[in-house]
Amino acid sequence: MGSPRWFYQISGYWLPWVAVVAVSLLLVGAVWGLVYAPTDFKQGDSYRIIFIHVPASAIAMAGYMVMAVAAAISLIWKMKLAEVVMKCCAPIGAGMTFISLVSGSLWGKPTWGTYWVWDARLTSMLILFFLYLGVIALYEAFEDNVSASKACAVLSLVGSVNIPIIYWSVEWWNSLHQPATIKFTEESTMHIDMLQPLLVMIAGFYCFFGLLLLLHTRSEILFRERNTKWVKALVAEDAN
Amino acid sequence: MQFDSFSALMAMGGHGIYVWLVYGISFVVLLGLLVAPLRRDQQFFKQQKMLMRREQHAKQQVETGS
Repeated sequence: MGSPRWFYQISGYWLPWVAVVAVSLLLVGAVWGLVYAPTDFKQGDSYRIIFIHVPASAIAMAGYMVMAVAAAISLIWKMKLAEVVMKCCAPIGAGMTFISLVSGSLWGKPTWGTYWVWDARLTSMLILFFLYLGVIALYEAFEDNVSASKACAVLSLVGSVNIPIIYWSVEWWNSLHQPATIKFTEESTMHIDMLQPLLVMIAGFYCFFGLLLLLHTRSEILFRERNTKWVKALVAEDAN
Repeated sequence: MQFDSFSALMAMGGHGIYVWLVYGISFVVLLGLLVAPLRRDQQFFKQQKMLMRREQHAKQQVETGS
C-alpha cells in the first residue's frame, strides 16, 4: 500500500466516478449560477462571477495545503507517492490561482472601477501564484528528482505561511475586497438562491481538482516507473 | 429563468463582457489542465511502444547472428 503501482491501479477505478461527478456538478452549477440565480440588487449581473471566483480561490488555497502536506510527508517519510503528488499540485494550483486573479480582476472593474489594487488580499494571492510558479521552476532546475523534490518540499512548507495571511487578510487590513459571505460559525450573509449554486460550484471545483490531481499524478507515475516490470506490462498490453 | 431572451443573457445588464470572459477563460484553463496529462500519457505509450519494438528487433538480430 502507498506504492506508486498500488496508487495507479486503485485510482484507475476511481477515475470515471470522479470525472462524472465533477463535470456534472460544474455544468449544473454554471447553468444555475448564470441563468437561474437571481440578479443582485447592488451589483447587477456582474456578481455572477462569484460562482467561478470563490471556488477557484478556495481550491487555490486548499491545493496549496495539499501540496504542503505532501511536501512534509515526502520529507519525513521519504514516500515516493507524496513527492509525485506535491509536484503535480503545483501546475493545478497555479491554474486555479490564475483563474482566481483574472476573475477577481474582471469582477473588480465593474464593481470597484479598477482591475487591480495593491491591497492585502490581492497581493497575498499574487504571492501565492508566484509560489506555485516558483515550485514549478525550482523543480525543473534540478537534474535529478530526489534533490528537486527536497528543494520544492522546503519551498512549499515555507510558503505555507502565506495561506493564513490570505485567509484573514480582509479582517486584518482595510480592503476593497469584501469579507467572506460563507461563514462556518454563523449564518451566511448570502441569499439562499445565490448560496445554493455557489455551494454546487465549490463542490464541483473540489471534485475537479481531485480529478486533475489523479490524472497528473498517474501520468507522472507512469513516466517515473517506465523501467519497471508493471509499466512495461501495461505498455505491452496497450500495444496489442 | 432570470433573462427574457438570449441577447439579454449575453448582455447581463451591460456586464456581459466581464462575466462571459471570466467563464470563457476559466473553461480554457480547466480544459488545458485536463488535457495536458491525457496527451502526455498518449505520447508516453507511443514512445514506449517504439522503444519496445526496437529492443525486440535488436534481440532478434542477435539471435539470428546477423
